[in-house]
Amino acid sequence: MKPANCVVFVATLRGICRLKVMSGRPTYFDEMFGHGTAARAPYADYSKWFADEDTARLLSKSEEAEALFRLIGVTFNVYGDPDATERLIPFDLVPRIIAAREWAKVAKGIEQRVRALNAFLHDIYHRQEIVRAGRLPAEMIARNDAFLPEMIGVSPPGDIYTHIVGTDLVRTGDDEFFVLEDNARTPSGVSYMLENRETMLHMFPELFSKIKVQSVGQYPRSLRKSLSACAPDACNGRPTIAVLTPGIHNSAYYEHAFLADQMSAELVEGHDLRVVDGRVAMRTTRGYKPIDVLYRRVDDEYLDPMNFNPDSVLGVPGIMDVYRAGGITIANAPGTGIADDKAIYSYMPDIVEFYTGEKAILQNVPTHRCSEPQALKYVLDNLADLVVKEVHGSGGYGMLVGPAASKKEIEDFRAKLEAAPGNYIAQPTLALSTVPILTDAGLAPRHVDLRPFVLVSPDRIDITPGGLTRVALTEGSLVVNSSQGGGTKDTWVLEE
Amino acid sequence: MRLNVLHKTHYTYDAPVPYGLQQVRLRPKSRLGQLVEEWRIDVTGGQVEVSFEDEHANAVDLVSFASGQTEIEITCAGIVDVEDKAGIVGPQGGYVPLWLFRRSTVLTKPGEHVQALADSAPANCSDLDRLHALSAHVLEQVPYSTDQTASDLTAEAVMEAGHGVCQDHAHVFITAARLLGFPARYVSGYLMMDDRVDQDASHAWAEAYVEGLGWVGFDISNGISPDARYVRVATGLDYRGAAPISGLRYGNAGEDMSVTLQVQQQ
Repeated sequence: MKPANCVVFVATLRGICRLKVMSGRPTYFDEMFGHGTAARAPYADYSKWFADEDTARLLSKSEEAEALFRLIGVTFNVYGDPDATERLIPFDLVPRIIAAREWAKVAKGIEQRVRALNAFLHDIYHRQEIVRAGRLPAEMIARNDAFLPEMIGVSPPGDIYTHIVGTDLVRTGDDEFFVLEDNARTPSGVSYMLENRETMLHMFPELFSKIKVQSVGQYPRSLRKSLSACAPDACNGRPTIAVLTPGIHNSAYYEHAFLADQMSAELVEGHDLRVVDGRVAMRTTRGYKPIDVLYRRVDDEYLDPMNFNPDSVLGVPGIMDVYRAGGITIANAPGTGIADDKAIYSYMPDIVEFYTGEKAILQNVPTHRCSEPQALKYVLDNLADLVVKEVHGSGGYGMLVGPAASKKEIEDFRAKLEAAPGNYIAQPTLALSTVPILTDAGLAPRHVDLRPFVLVSPDRIDITPGGLTRVALTEGSLVVNSSQGGGTKDTWVLEE
Repeated sequence: MRLNVLHKTHYTYDAPVPYGLQQVRLRPKSRLGQLVEEWRIDVTGGQVEVSFEDEHANAVDLVSFASGQTEIEITCAGIVDVEDKAGIVGPQGGYVPLWLFRRSTVLTKPGEHVQALADSAPANCSDLDRLHALSAHVLEQVPYSTDQTASDLTAEAVMEAGHGVCQDHAHVFITAARLLGFPARYVSGYLMMDDRVDQDASHAWAEAYVEGLGWVGFDISNGISPDARYVRVATGLDYRGAAPISGLRYGNAGEDMSVTLQVQQQ
């Protein structure tokens, strides 16, 4: 299985990469200091508090935080590293702070995008109006491995396909946010968001009494509520919710167990479930109990050995049949991964406009589709400046970061690209914003991205204020993913 | 023609089966040229868990084994009125886009033999003639024979074997038709053979999509398009998508299957 918790925006297989300084000094937007030395408004109170703090005390707090995480057990597994099956994701205690006004616009943009995504998924598995209208080429669907014919004609309860979305954002300026990718499949990382806040509240209670920060702690309750609202017609009374995990060896197992515990749901593995009396039911000491909503953290391919990969031992035979008969809700719906495809991503501005009738509020990163001859020519001529990604790739594998690559790496990649241009898209290297981290020498800027967590139910879209900020801990690095030396920060959205 | 169908599939196991499921596609539907007057499915040794319509509008029943069972039997019985429509099935209904029927599957992945067969189809004629010619070529190169070594062969393996049954013919035809650009699909169903009441097995043929006509059936094994003796039960991209019964079971019990099928004119 692919790693579930390392969705990256800029990464190489060999670990940390540095953005080479092409000419002069790149001027990144720092979210604390802007382009100057005085704190921006959202950081004003924090900055005052920080000035009175002793760096040595804070550094010792940092160690305390790490001890806390180890105690709680927030760990993740790194694939391909047998010596480190469980590692801590480093936590930096300088929060990332976003003003209420800044957040309101981002949240509005996310909501619009998520509505469009669900409408798009419904359309793709029904009449495909967007293809008929000539706004999306049929090959985008036909060649997409994540398109599941078994979902054709299936309308899940409330017509929600992607119940839990993680819309990855990057910031490049005071008022400039870009969507990096949409993660409509199974976004992970929400447990880190919650634990980071818990830790900050524990270590710096006085800060939270001085500065009013919007709460994130309601997330598990909201998740439960949101999933319950999508229960199938077959549900009797209070919906029974279960989290389906591939098991203890999965990199995100901690999160699966954590979420099940936090929202009072059952944590199950495939072998705990079977089809009983027309429902998918869980073995208990008092017989089988039907599951109404299954929050599955198992990929489509492994979900049902009878309908998909017959060798899978992680799934539940026949669950797709029960699903198609309306006996269970699967969140997220099978086949939603089609929206995570990077070629589809390049059409998102059109997709948003087609289904909402509005221009997209959040910008897409300009994307060159290498399947188009002119775009390909441009990309080949500018490989050293571009980030080139595999269309179906995830986790940052098989990509080229032009500015960080050696001549040989670029030439090797050129050959791959020329051999199968349709498999690639390219994007400019963005000047990602920085937020300071605490180092032995005091504050130092590091690049960040943001994954907000979005819950979709038939009557509302619930966006947790903030989300998970990932930070590249090495100076100059653009790699934020946890398996490659990235860390996390608490993300604050201030009260109005 | 009013056809009376009685179809029993009986499985026996040499050890109790702790748990098993079968996906059953054995409910014909009323459609152009086919009126299902009566149809019922009975299961002994198991129960129908859910019924639904799949993406190809096949009616599907999910059957579970009763725990510890050593036998399970699925019986279908019904009456279907069929008209001869010269093999024409009609336009593509539902939501499945036509391009899906150009996709190759595990069983219909083309190789050099099927490619050569497709290349041999005449070019200067109508689509319909071309497909009929293709159907004849398949039967020439893969004569009908029940002297089979394996079931579930790929189209390419069938070409190499040089003989096959209706399922194999359908796979080769579908694979080649797709190479020629036609959307094509597999059909499972019943055929009343005129000279007998007890049929050996359920039948399979293929359909290809012809601009202007819609879906047209080709019974490659018999060299004709389906007529009033054919009951169309399920369709799919290949056998696996349209299989009358496909199953999964736990344990190591050996399986033995026997089929009795009667199709007769009423």
